[in-house]
Amino acid sequence: MPDLTGSVALVTGAAQGIGHGIACALADAGAVVIATDIRDQSDLSDSIVTRSHDVTDGERWREVVSEIESQHGRLDILVNNAGVSGYDSLHELELAEWQRIIDINQTGVLLGMQAALRPMLRQGSGSIVNISSICGAASVSGVAAYHASKHAVLTMTKNAAVSYARQGIRANAVLPGWIRTPLTLGQTDDLNEAFLGATPMGHGGEPADIAAAVCFLASSEARFITGVDLPVDGGYLAR
Amino acid sequence: MTRLTDKVAIVTGAAMGIGWATAQLFAENGATVIAADVVKPPLSESDHPIDYRELDVTDQHAWKAVVDGVLNEHGRLDVLVNNAGVIDYADITTVTPEDWSRVVGVDQTGVFLGMRTALAPMRAQHAGSIINLSSAWGVVGSEGVAAYQASKGAVRGLTRNGAITYAADGVRVNTVVPGWIATPLTERQPADKNAEVIGLTPLGFGADPRDIAFGCLYLASDEARYVTGSELVIDGGLLAQ
Ligand SMILES: NC(=O)c1ccc[n+]([C@@H]2O[C@H](COP(=O)([O-])OP(=O)(O)OC[C@H]3O[C@@H](n4cnc5c(N)ncnc54)[C@H](O)[C@@H]3O)[C@@H](O)[C@H]2O)c1
Ligand SMILES: NC(=O)c1ccc[n+]([C@@H]2O[C@H](COP(=O)([O-])OP(=O)(O)OC[C@H]3O[C@@H](n4cnc5c(N)ncnc54)[C@H](O)[C@@H]3O)[C@@H](O)[C@H]2O)c1
Repeated sequence: MPDLTGSVALVTGAAQGIGHGIACALADAGAVVIATDIRDQSDLSDSIVTRSHDVTDGERWREVVSEIESQHGRLDILVNNAGVSGYDSLHELELAEWQRIIDINQTGVLLGMQAALRPMLRQGSGSIVNISSICGAASVSGVAAYHASKHAVLTMTKNAAVSYARQGIRANAVLPGWIRTPLTLGQTDDLNEAFLGATPMGHGGEPADIAAAVCFLASSEARFITGVDLPVDGGYLAR
Repeated sequence: MTRLTDKVAIVTGAAMGIGWATAQLFAENGATVIAADVVKPPLSESDHPIDYRELDVTDQHAWKAVVDGVLNEHGRLDVLVNNAGVIDYADITTVTPEDWSRVVGVDQTGVFLGMRTALAPMRAQHAGSIINLSSAWGVVGSEGVAAYQASKGAVRGLTRNGAITYAADGVRVNTVVPGWIATPLTERQPADKNAEVIGLTPLGFGADPRDIAFGCLYLASDEARYVTGSELVIDGGLLAQ
């Protein structure tokens, strides 16, 4: 893993699954990690600071980031990972469900970038990593709101990259394929088999696989990388 | 740093530029590194041992000799970085057939021959990581540079083909897509061409070969064990615009 000693990192949706894996990996790499979620995070190690936070709450974003600034004087890494899935197809999708998914997956990322840009612009440095999905690049059947939100995350990532490159801020997206988490383990067998059957490697990935990509992109090893989308998907998108 | 401990890696075009930086970074990370090139690398500059093998990547017999030699000596081959490359700036109407064949021969057929030769031991081991160097000029159009654009585009297709075809055999294949990097290749370009590309780069600077080497290190290591068929763009934001 790259060395992240001295960096201060904020990760959302860190109670379980991919976010949990990212928080642990960033801490192992030497970063000071602040992990947030709406769920209980008490199984994260004591070295990780946890805060309760709903990513759709812009006021709370400002509080969390202000606290980090006053405690650590800086924020180097933001990982927008919190997300929910939604399986409805367009014809059956209720507006309220559309709104819920867009609020968390898309507006949550916007609010996170806005809050983190304040210290990052002041510092003249920072690395943002947004978790999109293979559904952010490929077209899949159904999952209409999820699909739209994850595509938006990619576009927003590239917009941030191009807008703030001259200020020393990088923004990149990771596109996970099928990863073993409570989210996917809660899906129907049919859906999981369809995804894994379409995955050239023939198996799913682990949260650690996404975490390794995040650590790389967050680190100075990736200082010339901005505005990219990196699939970690067992070959799914290469088909 | 020991992110490649026990791995045996061949890096082509490793006498200078991106290839040499990659060979050094791999060796720093514990890999056994074979630097293959038509030119000898400055081996004494490396703090860690690196082996040199003469290889013209367009010569399939030479490929076989190099890979067989590595297998005889080390018993395995884990990583191949197809980095050797040449450029020609002529457009479609003026590129000579000789220059076209030379560029396509090194940049495209050389990658094909490297993959073909390395795939045999990698599939037999059920493990391996192949990294092919494309270019931002393999993704978007640029004036002139016809043969280079064609072959760097082809490398992306060949990478995906290899990724899909051999995923079940445990072999990963990915592309690295550099933007502007300070190497002997770009040093030979006209200064105004270099200034133009760097000026278009959102991060506002040209990178060092080591910035590409770090991307290769990530893809070569087990940290990227679920990454195949991906394109890792390292271009300062050039292609995001
Ligand atoms: N698992 C996969 O196969 C996969 C594939 C592609 C993309 N992703 C993406 O990766 C991210 C993490 O997915 P996961 O599989 O770990 O999911 P998960 O459901 O296992 O974990 C998601 C976490 O986010 C938290 N969260 C949900 N809504 C929140 C909110 N409003 N505010 C704060 N936290 C909230 C949850 O409490 C949970 O702890 C998501 O963005 C998801 O879309 C996952
Ligand atoms: N420098 C950049 O800005 C840049 C940008 C995009 C892509 N790339 C790609 O990265 C790779 C490395 O580029 P570089 O800038 O380090 O180039 P370079 O010219 O500095 O080095 C290329 C190396 O390849 C070797 N080589 C050439 N033909 C060969 C052959 N037939 N067999 C074996 N070795 C051969 C050369 O001897 C040299 O050591 C190339 O594939 C290039 O197209 C470079």
